[in-house]
Amino acid sequence: MSRRLDRRRFLGLGAAALAAFGTAAGAQQPMPGSGESGRLYDPRAAGRPRDPVGESQNDPGIIAIEKQLKCTCGCNLDVYICRTTDFTCTYSPALHKEIVALKESGLTADEVIEAYLEKYGPEFRMAPKAEGFNLAGYLVPGIAVLAAGTMLALVLRRRAAVAAAEGAGRAPGAGTIGAPGRTGLGPLAMPSDATPEEAERLRRSLEEVEQ
Amino acid sequence: MTLLGQFALWAAFLLALWTAAVGFSGAWRGRPELVRSLRRAVYAILGALLVASAALWYGIVTHDFNIEYVAAYTSRNLPKPYLISAFWAGQKGSLLFWAAVLGIFSALAQALTPKRHEGLLPHVAAVTSVTTAFFIAVMLFGDSPFARLPFTPPDGRGLNPQLQNVGMVLHPPMLYLGYISITIPFAFAIAALLSRRLDAGWLGAIRKWTLVSWLFLSVGIVLGMWWAYVELGWGGYWAWDPVENASFLPWLTMTAFLHSVMIQEKRGMLKRWNVALIVATFLLSIFGTFITRSGVIASVHSFAQSGVGYFFLAFLVAAGILSFTLLYTRWPELEAETRLESTVSREAAFLFNNLLLVGIAFSVLWGTLFPILSEWLQGTKVTVGPPFFNRVNVPLGLALLALTGIGPLIAWRKASGANLRRQFAASATVGLAVLAALLASGMRDGYAILALTLAAFVAGTIVQEFWRGVRARQRMHGEAAPLALLRLVGRNRRRYGGYIVHVGIVMMFAAFAGMAFKVDQEATLRPGESVAVESPFGHTLTFTHLGVSQYKALNRIVSAATVQVAQDGRSLGVMKSEKRQHVDSFDRPTFEPSTEVGIRSGLREDIYVVYAGSVGGTEQAVYRFTVNPLVWWVWFAGFVLVIGAFVTMWPGASAPNERRQAQSGYEVPLAGVRS
Repeated sequence: MSRRLDRRRFLGLGAAALAAFGTAAGAQQPMPGSGESGRLYDPRAAGRPRDPVGESQNDPGIIAIEKQLKCTCGCNLDVYICRTTDFTCTYSPALHKEIVALKESGLTADEVIEAYLEKYGPEFRMAPKAEGFNLAGYLVPGIAVLAAGTMLALVLRRRAAVAAAEGAGRAPGAGTIGAPGRTGLGPLAMPSDATPEEAERLRRSLEEVEQ
Repeated sequence: MTLLGQFALWAAFLLALWTAAVGFSGAWRGRPELVRSLRRAVYAILGALLVASAALWYGIVTHDFNIEYVAAYTSRNLPKPYLISAFWAGQKGSLLFWAAVLGIFSALAQALTPKRHEGLLPHVAAVTSVTTAFFIAVMLFGDSPFARLPFTPPDGRGLNPQLQNVGMVLHPPMLYLGYISITIPFAFAIAALLSRRLDAGWLGAIRKWTLVSWLFLSVGIVLGMWWAYVELGWGGYWAWDPVENASFLPWLTMTAFLHSVMIQEKRGMLKRWNVALIVATFLLSIFGTFITRSGVIASVHSFAQSGVGYFFLAFLVAAGILSFTLLYTRWPELEAETRLESTVSREAAFLFNNLLLVGIAFSVLWGTLFPILSEWLQGTKVTVGPPFFNRVNVPLGLALLALTGIGPLIAWRKASGANLRRQFAASATVGLAVLAALLASGMRDGYAILALTLAAFVAGTIVQEFWRGVRARQRMHGEAAPLALLRLVGRNRRRYGGYIVHVGIVMMFAAFAGMAFKVDQEATLRPGESVAVESPFGHTLTFTHLGVSQYKALNRIVSAATVQVAQDGRSLGVMKSEKRQHVDSFDRPTFEPSTEVGIRSGLREDIYVVYAGSVGGTEQAVYRFTVNPLVWWVWFAGFVLVIGAFVTMWPGASAPNERRQAQSGYEVPLAGVRS
């Protein structure tokens, strides 16, 4: 038998090698981090494993409820922000499931909130309900500003009236333009022979300069 | 080095006590020659504090992990810029930073104050020294940055990943600079009260200081918002957290002061109010520090709870009682020089502006403290979060926005109907046109519509002011419009700088209104899968997941998730969001993995991508996609604020007192007329 390879044997060996390589390649697992949904080299470095997003996570009704309720992990955030921001939190995903379960049991949004607060405590509402003592919390700033504004307006009116009376008490044609004290340009007295029209024109000119 | 640092702290403390004692007693006994000696003492305090700071920095840079602070906030593989910011990242370091910066400001106040205000300087030195001594005492008797561990760990814990961001390198020092520099106007106010120099002189001495404080606070707050936006990953920038509120409070009262001080300068009114505002601003800055460091109110930003909060509470109470008692004793000497003439005048508008600014400050303070009040009075804990603050503050904020447009255009003393028509006709028309356009476009959010309408109105008033000024210069001097604009601003820096600041405020309100239309969507995607998100501007954004890659970089292992983004089928490019697992120099994980957000910022909207994690350790990724309208304008508005403040402060813009003297030729006193 000749030791030399004839063309038929050479092609046969080649085909067999290719087939073997193809089989081996087909059996190979995807390399880490490659492929349609390859595995991560170090999954722990990518944070806590996540569950696929369900419909409830984008449900505006559920989100609206979650925005009114505080997470119980101590983060000081509402449930929605905590579960979509603090991905190390183990509480907020569970709280989300609780809220969804309550909603799916047929409760209205207000009833879900009440059930949540009954379980965890009233301090887990993101803002106090506007009733009882908490109503004062909402009203005091507005009332304070309104009261101060009203007082300020009254005081200003009275002072303006006094200033007007003092102005009227002065002899026509003699007096100061504007305030008797300091202005942007200093006190300016009217010549005693100035007519009211001249006084008004000078006042307007001064206003324009000061502005 | 820790021994040197500790020694330097003690030296600074004793020097500060001496300076305070000599400053008060010397000024009281009328020995002006003390000014020079006190000035040197203030410089010596600064020197000692700089030595202490250098000692801590040396420990940080040389990785001396036997120092508790260095071990707690740094590690061998911490990138260099964060070694610098580690100085103020923790409570103890930030206290030293505070004291050192206060030392710098105190020395600058002594060195830069013009000679005509020299009489106030002994008291100023005394007040700043008392404050410095307080901060040093907190370190010496409460929380020393030089405390040592009983052993030396091989590596430190490293810096919290969320603090490893350029925003956190810049934001805290800026905010601290704002808080700390408030001490100088406060010291001048107390000095004026103590020395009974209650004319407008002390206002001249502090004008630049108040603007500097306001500028630092503004920049610090905006940088804090930016950091929260790019680093925390929740897609917003303001959450009404107690610590955020604490920075906002002194800003509000300082802003009120910057407006009301104009009335004192122009009309000799509101003297008591102005002193009270400066004192309140200083107390609120200390209150903010108390909240951040005491743990008395839950916050996502606060330092670890410690006993130093009680030091701050004691100082706050003592400073408040002493300051307001002093103000009360000087009450008659702070009588207004003139009377207000009309309720329709610029003075009245500024008074209402002050009322609203202080009203907002009160409502923020009230909301921040309400949980304590509720627990104290009812025994019930409550949470006061964003829904409360938005409900209470948004109407007040909108009223303030309206006054931003009204105030500067009303005439001083008394405005006539004709004046009002002339000033507001055009801008009111602009506002109404915008209102009609918004309603026609289908917008239905009441607050957003009101905010955008008022923003347009205020912008109209400002444009009108610039337009009229430029036109007047063109008529008078025949200048080209750009030159006329430059000269208009250059010759009236305070006024037009103020208008530029107002432009920034208008932009911010418009941007805040935009957030009412924010869109969020979560999705799980395998490589190649897409999700579509509807933008509030009507177009569709498509996100296609490309994959997750992992690699090591600096002091962390990065898991980077990438998405291809397209708008209505047109590719916008690739965006990346990361999970970062920080490790120490032995490759041991130091903190829980943190998130790095992918942001594509535009004039109209920001596309905000957050990689929440992977499903089952695969490349199947969970994302949150957010479209945030108009956010870019918040940061640009911050930049505009800074420009406006610089224009206002730029040297050469003469103070009104000096200007008034220069214009004395206008004074025409006549016989028989009261002046």
